[in-house]
Amino acid sequence: MQYALMIYAEPGAVEALADAEREAAYAQYFALAEDARCLGNVRLQPGETATSVRVVGGRTLMTDGPFADTKEVLGGFYLVEAADLDEALELAAGLPAARLGGAVEVRPVMQR
Amino acid sequence: MQEAFAIAAKRWPVSGTPANPGAWLVTTARNRAIDRIRRERTLAEKTPLLCVAEAVMDEFDDTVIKDERLELIFTCCHPALSLDGQVALTLRAVGGLETADIARAFLVSEETMKRRLSRAKTKIKAAGIPFAVPGPHLLPDRLDAVLAVLYLIYNEGYSGRVDLGAEAIRLGQVLAALMPDEPEAHGLLALMMIHHARRRARFSGEDLVLLDDQDRSLWDMGQISAGRTVLDRAIALGGRGAYVVQAVISWLQTRERIDWQQVAEMYQRLVELTSSPVVELNHAVAVAQAGNPTAALHAIDRLDLDGYLYFHSTRGELLRRLGRHDEALAAYRRALDLATSTPERRFLTRRLEQL
Repeated sequence: MQYALMIYAEPGAVEALADAEREAAYAQYFALAEDARCLGNVRLQPGETATSVRVVGGRTLMTDGPFADTKEVLGGFYLVEAADLDEALELAAGLPAARLGGAVEVRPVMQR
Repeated sequence: MQEAFAIAAKRWPVSGTPANPGAWLVTTARNRAIDRIRRERTLAEKTPLLCVAEAVMDEFDDTVIKDERLELIFTCCHPALSLDGQVALTLRAVGGLETADIARAFLVSEETMKRRLSRAKTKIKAAGIPFAVPGPHLLPDRLDAVLAVLYLIYNEGYSGRVDLGAEAIRLGQVLAALMPDEPEAHGLLALMMIHHARRRARFSGEDLVLLDDQDRSLWDMGQISAGRTVLDRAIALGGRGAYVVQAVISWLQTRERIDWQQVAEMYQRLVELTSSPVVELNHAVAVAQAGNPTAALHAIDRLDLDGYLYFHSTRGELLRRLGRHDEALAAYRRALDLATSTPERRFLTRRLEQL
């Protein structure tokens, strides 16, 4: 099955780590990107660069910032192939965001 | 053959609500096995595949559901499901209870319970929750989750109209039989059995009866000794975990003369395992029973449990024993404010009248 691993992290959480830990955290993100089970990955620019668009009564409205006004913002996502949810959850648990005050949301991808 | 397999594979995917969730889960597992086979086909190719397919199909045949019970338990108690969903699904799929009965036990409408079950089943299917016993590195955590669900079911048995206590014990027996080398599975079963054996003495009509005042002739001594045998097995397996320790405490409290010193030591061990203030409260009670109410009160006053009924009733009892009547009255009144069930209210009211 395919799963999206969506990374919700507190901005700056990785940057705030000591050098060695920060390097280790980046290495974990890279390792999953290089893993054979990873079908693709996207890293997003910071939340401040986001624009949310809504169309209300035919008018296009824009607001500065991400859709959800939360401390943790969507920082990127991986698309992975895993045998089942347990395997996907294990990959998610290995990502730094999961242990640095954020969360990794795991969602099965709709199969066409 | 290959064609037949392909047609069958097309038909199998289920839509709508299946009548028998146990069979449904096995069917889903079978479908997933087929998916896996399909994937492997593209990788490995040709003839060996058909043998694999047949073997897997036999393995998941409906007639062998009994042998798939452990997988079923772990699927139903998967932590990716809501706790409500885990409990409901375990009772329905593993316990075989009717949806209406589960709804009654949890004081919700049958419609609500149907939705709860269907949400859980949908997630199992859509999110790919495995129909499998977790591998060794996941097993400890996942077994804890299973034990927690069974214990939750057991504890719900106090309030509901359906005897969930007996049902939880039945489920515990199934689990202990399927995992004969897991000490905590035996520990939980022993705990539930020994506790359940005293249920008839715990109430007199609507009134709650404390351990000291219970009519021991109402205890099921056969079940207590059966629970002791299960406990011995847990200890022989090296079990020193939270359920085993609680079962030991429960068993010690069935003795003619209770060794409160030993009970206190067991609670101390449990405090170390759980760091729970409620357990610390129980530890203090044992210390008081062992003859040291002053030390017990001292320990209790350090606890941050102001919203907890039994914190105040325990304080009230200790203050009463120490002859501090006004403070005892105030503590019991506070407990009464927090009491929600009729037996609790009646018990506390009687205590206040005695003071």
